[in-house]
Amino acid sequence: MGFQQGFFSLKGKTALVTGARTGIGQAISVGLAASGAHVLLLGHRDNLDETKAKIAEVDGTCETVLIDLSQTDSIREQIKPVLEDHQIDILVNNAGVIYREPAVAFSETEWNRVMDVNINAVFILSQEVGRGMVERGAGKIVNIASLLSFQGGVFVPAYTASKHAVAGLTKALANEWAAKGVQVNAIAPGYIETNNTEALRNDPDRSKSILDRIPAGRWGSPDDIAGAAVFLSSKAADYVNGHVLVVDGGWMGR
Amino acid sequence: MNDLFDLTGKTAVVTGGTRGLGKEIAKGLASAGANVVVIARSISEEVLTELSKEGTRILGLSYDLQDINGYKQLLEHIDGEMGSVDILVNNAGVQRRHPSVHFPKEDWDFVMDVNVNAAFFLCQAAGEKMLAQGSGKIINLASLLSFQGGLTVPAYAASKGAVMQFTKSLANEWAPLGVNVNAIAPGYMATEMNEALIADPQRSRQILERIPAGRWGTGQDIQGAAIFLASKASDYVNGYTIAVDGGWLGR
Repeated sequence: MGFQQGFFSLKGKTALVTGARTGIGQAISVGLAASGAHVLLLGHRDNLDETKAKIAEVDGTCETVLIDLSQTDSIREQIKPVLEDHQIDILVNNAGVIYREPAVAFSETEWNRVMDVNINAVFILSQEVGRGMVERGAGKIVNIASLLSFQGGVFVPAYTASKHAVAGLTKALANEWAAKGVQVNAIAPGYIETNNTEALRNDPDRSKSILDRIPAGRWGSPDDIAGAAVFLSSKAADYVNGHVLVVDGGWMGR
Repeated sequence: MNDLFDLTGKTAVVTGGTRGLGKEIAKGLASAGANVVVIARSISEEVLTELSKEGTRILGLSYDLQDINGYKQLLEHIDGEMGSVDILVNNAGVQRRHPSVHFPKEDWDFVMDVNVNAAFFLCQAAGEKMLAQGSGKIINLASLLSFQGGLTVPAYAASKGAVMQFTKSLANEWAPLGVNVNAIAPGYMATEMNEALIADPQRSRQILERIPAGRWGTGQDIQGAAIFLASKASDYVNGYTIAVDGGWLGR
């Protein structure tokens, strides 16, 4: 299919995906690579072998970039050589952390760590990578939001605040950069089988009550997110701006 | 190359598929490999020839969508000609503009009939078959006026609000049975429906100033979202309305 390949193909593009070691970040990395993008896998430790192997399986190419996104003071300096070596066409801000504690006792250290990784690092990377995109007049940024960009969650106030901020930042950047050819959007995954939801899945009560509310009748798999990520990274989404695409098996409408 | 977005061998039905966004969506689905049935009040050979350029089978059916009682038969006919329907795009829509104080009842009813009732009952007729086969993709055309109120188009706004809502209702029922029901909310598109707006320099400028992308949308802009929602790339997307609006709603 000529149209299809041209429209959704990422051939010749370079993508940077944060939190690429596992879960959604891994599935997105593999999806982008399978669509032809060269993927820079960003992790904070050199443990990205599983993602690399999966990319090799789909005949994709990748390399690793090691940056600790919780150290927000050093991100700019560390991303600089990457930007000197690569023209990044697609930035996927996926890395995220969650911390559970009732709000009355919520640790300020944890609050700051969640905010640093989930929103402050997203802004810093968007700014550093987005600058080149704006100059070139082309680029795609895909932020990973959450159902908690819309809802409050329970015992995860920092996560909720940070994910609302991601949705807001997505629109704010889109308003500035859309006219310059840079599309900034987000994906809000529903309840997906990842490390971040392991605690929920292991709790039989919570697990059941969550499943009962998902119209699709199943937890999402990280692969369910890859399609949306390829779409938003491709020419097929050139007029989609500042949008938070929900991939949740119908949760939000229930 | 991954085949996430491949629609080869699928049968798609697009209402209002002979002009405007409907035609663009029909073209897009065909280009991704789908055989396409376009339904409209009248069908021209010219349009069918244009849609056939993608190399898939195209069938034009002239039908008045206000004839809701005939949908079962319509679906049977499509089934016989093109095989079972995998993808339904409820695109046909009408617009009537009057200040609310004088909005005529017959115009209100007409807008509701076409935009809401026809779309819902076509979902019902096609959905019944999709549920039986355990798979299917339904895409309804919502609007920015599913979110906003518009000006002097209360029936259209009400109807598009309804489309977004019943999209969720159907998804809640049908998602566990393998049928994805979603919607697309196009922004200000340079189509026939908006010719009057584009031609009005003041309205045109006001609209353009609010679109972050700085341009009106094109037919091609909508094709990507339609193919995404028609394909297995969106298998876990249910009851959702994707805005393709150049950023309008966030501004």
